[in-house]
Formats: sequence, C-alpha cells, structure tokens
Amino acid sequence: MDTNVTTDSLEYGVLTKDLNLWYGKFQALKSVSMSVKKGQITSLIGPSGCGKTTLLRCFNRINERFSYVRTAGEIVILGKNIYDSDVSLIELRKNVGMVFQRPNPLPISVYENVVFGLKVHTPRKQLKKSVLDETVEKSLNEVGLWDDLKDRLKTKATSLQLEQQQKLCIARLLPLKPDIILMDEPCSALDVEGTHAIEELMFTLRNKYTIIIVTHNMSQARRASDECVFMLLGELIEHSRTEELFINPKNPKTAEYIEGRYG
Amino acid sequence: MEQMQTAVTRFTKTPFVKKKEFNQQVARWSFFTMAILMIIPLMAIIGYLVYHAAPSLNLDFLLDVPKRGMREGGIWSALIGTIYLVFISLAVAAPIGILAAIYLNEYAKDNWFNRIINLAVINLAGVPSIVHALFGLGAFVYAAQLGYSVLSASLTLAIMTLPVIIASTREALSSVPVSFREACWNVGATRWQTIRAVVLPNSISGILTGVILQVSRAAGETAPIMFTGAVFYKAVKRGDFFPYELTDQCMALSMHLYTVTTQVPNIKESVSYATAVVLLGVVLLVNASAISLRVWMRNRKKW
Repeated sequence: MDTNVTTDSLEYGVLTKDLNLWYGKFQALKSVSMSVKKGQITSLIGPSGCGKTTLLRCFNRINERFSYVRTAGEIVILGKNIYDSDVSLIELRKNVGMVFQRPNPLPISVYENVVFGLKVHTPRKQLKKSVLDETVEKSLNEVGLWDDLKDRLKTKATSLQLEQQQKLCIARLLPLKPDIILMDEPCSALDVEGTHAIEELMFTLRNKYTIIIVTHNMSQARRASDECVFMLLGELIEHSRTEELFINPKNPKTAEYIEGRYG
Repeated sequence: MEQMQTAVTRFTKTPFVKKKEFNQQVARWSFFTMAILMIIPLMAIIGYLVYHAAPSLNLDFLLDVPKRGMREGGIWSALIGTIYLVFISLAVAAPIGILAAIYLNEYAKDNWFNRIINLAVINLAGVPSIVHALFGLGAFVYAAQLGYSVLSASLTLAIMTLPVIIASTREALSSVPVSFREACWNVGATRWQTIRAVVLPNSISGILTGVILQVSRAAGETAPIMFTGAVFYKAVKRGDFFPYELTDQCMALSMHLYTVTTQVPNIKESVSYATAVVLLGVVLLVNASAISLRVWMRNRKKW
C-alpha cells in the first residue's frame, strides 16, 4: 500500500509531487514539486496571488473546506501521502499545525487556549488537571510567554497584546507535538519588535519542528529561513538555500523579484 | 504684504463648497425627518390605545375571566391561552430551527441539495399566515387527527416561526469570525467540537434573541390559531395557570380582541382597547427583555 515510504522520503518533512490545485476553473498551483527538509525553516516567497498561501494551506488540507477546490498530485508528509483515502484530517491537522496572519486566539482564557488541542484529542476521562497544568507551563515556556503570563492564565486570550497573542497561537500547537508548523505571514500584523520576537522564537523551535513560513517580506525570508522557495503564478520557480537564492539566483525571474522589479 | 493677503483668504468657502454644504444639509434633514416619522405611529398607537383603554385597565382585568358574554370581568383565559400557544410553539420551533440552522451554516457545502433547502426556508418565510392556517387545519387538525386543540394551533404557529428562527440563528452563527473556526480546525478539532467550544458560546445570545423576538409574532397571529384551535369562549377559573390540556381548545388574546371588537354587541368600548393594550404590552415586554438580554451578553463578550 504505502509505496511512497522510502528512506529517501522520510528524510524530508514535506514532499510534493506534481501538485496541481484549482479554485473552480482557475488553476492556482501548477505542477508544484518540492521537498522541504526536516527541522529547517523554509520560506515561501513570491508576489501576491502566486499561490504560496494556497500551497501552504494544502499541507494540512485546510483548503478543502471549500467545495470548489480540486487538487491533483501528491503531498507526502513524513513518508505518507496525505491524499491517501485512509488519512484522517483530524490526525493530519494534529501533526501539521498552522499559525495565521492575524493572531487568532480563541475567545477563552490563556490556559484554555493552550490546552484546547489536548482537550480536543483526548477523551475527557483521561484528562488530568496536573497534566494540563504541566502542559501549559511547558508550552508557554517554550514560546517565552510563561514569565509574562503565569499570573494571568485566566485572562481572556483576546485581550493580550498582538505579539503575545501570536506567540500563544504557536504555543497552542505545541501540546499536540506536531511535526510541522505552517506559518502564514505570522508577522504581518505585528510591529518591528513583535516581528523580531517571533523570528527569534522560530529559531528556537527549529530542529525540533519543521517550519514552513509564507512571507511577503523578503528581508524576513532572508533573515529567518534556511531554505527559500520562490513562486510565481502558481509555479515553483526556484528552490535553494536562502543565501544562495538571494545572492546568486539561478532564474532571471527570481532575480527580478528579489531586486524588487515587481511584487 | 501681498503674500499675507492671499494667505488670509485661504481655506474660505467658495460658492461650490457652499452649494455642496447646502446639499449635505438637505440630505441630512430629510433622512432625519424620515427617521423621526418612524416614531410617530408607534407613539400614536400606544397613546391612543392607552387613552381609550384606561377605564378598563386594572389588575383585575388581567386576572379575571370574561363574564356576561365578555362584557364584564377580564381576559385571564385569553392571556394564559396566548402564553400556552407561544411557549409550546417555540418549544417545538426553537430546537428544530436552531439545529437546522447549525447544519446549514456549519456543515452544509454549497451544492444543489443545500441550495434547495435554503430556497425552501426562504419561501416558507414568505407564505402568508392564512395559508399556514389552512395547512395547519389540514395537516394537524385532520390528517394527524389532533383535532382543534392547543397542540394543533401551537404546531401551526411553530411551522410559521420556523423559517425566521432559522434565518436569525444563521445570522447569529455567521457573526462568529471564521478565524475562530479556522483556529479550531487547525488543531484537528471536528466540526462538532468547534461548534460546541467556540461557535455556540459566542452566538448563543444572538440565537436566543432571535427566538425571543418570534414570541411577538406567535402572540400576534390570529388566522393560524383561529383555524386550528382558538375559540371564542372557554370556561376557566380566575388566575388558574394550567387551565388547558394539550388537546383542549383555548382562548387567545389576538382572537379575543377580534371577538370583543366585532362579535359582541353592546360592549364597553374600553374592553377591546384594554385587550389590545395587554397584547401590545406582552409583546413589548418580551421584546424589551430580548434586547436587554442581547445587550447584557454582548457586554460580557469581547474579542
């Protein structure tokens, strides 16, 4: 059955093979094949409408709630094609978490936000207060919020500062022990310091998690990613080490984009 | 010096600006007048009714049952009948409507089947109440053999209020930001877990308000209950809270108003006005409580 499982594919966090996606009649992704290395930060860049967010949203199949979306091709995550019929979206999304452009903590307390994922995936009888408490402390520590928020765990998450909200949204994913974290322009609602803080956080999370980030901000891609993928009009134009893509782009279209000739 | 001159005349009104400002004032005051006009009929209705009802309005009128062919006594039997009809009809319509709305808003994909359901809901809302009445008569009184009864009348009212409850519930549900749902789905929550944890807690005030506002409609309708279970007169004890069985016929305020106004000769004029005031009072009271519930719950939630 799992013909895709090879040692080769296991060394990548995400592999796409000939991935096509249509919104109704409009083809948003054209034969995208790429491989994302485990434990690294890979950034997707390109002008608006190039399909980078669409591609990102394929990785946990959140695109599919619209009935007019059609996909063809394969996405292999940790050796498993996520379009196989035996894949449970619930289990997939538990493993592939997403952080959004605008921080979207749930309108409940900080504490409840962090344990939300656990509560969703654990039968109620197996939930122990001590485990939950521990999880909250550990996750908030991991994103550097514990010291700020340990006395305010009961406050509503939506009343925090935006930067804290975004960190909380990342912390919310961690109790589920995801393998891959997708970030859709996670800093675009934040100021310079907030952006810096989130980037720092990404560095601390690297290695443990495979991070794929969509960004409009080229200097962010340059600062904060190991590998960089340039997309244009639904096609993957270039994928290489970040420093190489920016210093020595192979494709003239990439060169034009990073020089700011269009965007 | 000349420079100073031009500087002084800067930013003053040109004829064109004056013309624009005039137009703006005309627009503003015409809209304002129309808005004010809205209040006048309401005030006129309430004032007129209360003025004419005054001789009959007292606590006894509320609690006593009609006597001497409606000419004396009060309207307790009609008031309690209306309360029965409203409660039972909403007890039926609210769960069905809310659950259906949740399906349509949270689960249904945009395909032909669900478009048909939507179309049905919209059209059901447009059916005239007299047609509902006839349907209720055929379906509940005869076909289902419930007879002329509180139950038949309530079910007819329920069918009538259902589409509006569905519409208002859907509106309340869709006012919950999609980003909350996405947040849930992206940690692998099922639709139901999402609905229970996030969607319902944040839309319940809107849903309840929508349901409560239907009280006024159910209380005011005459035709549907007239065909299916409301009667001119039914003997009831004064102040009795449980005078009707589900299979009994009952009195109702809207029906009673029709009766005392058109069917009873030599009745004091103030009786029918007082009945109208009670009906209006019940409706306004319920609506006011719906609005305060909404305000109260909205102040509690923040995002």
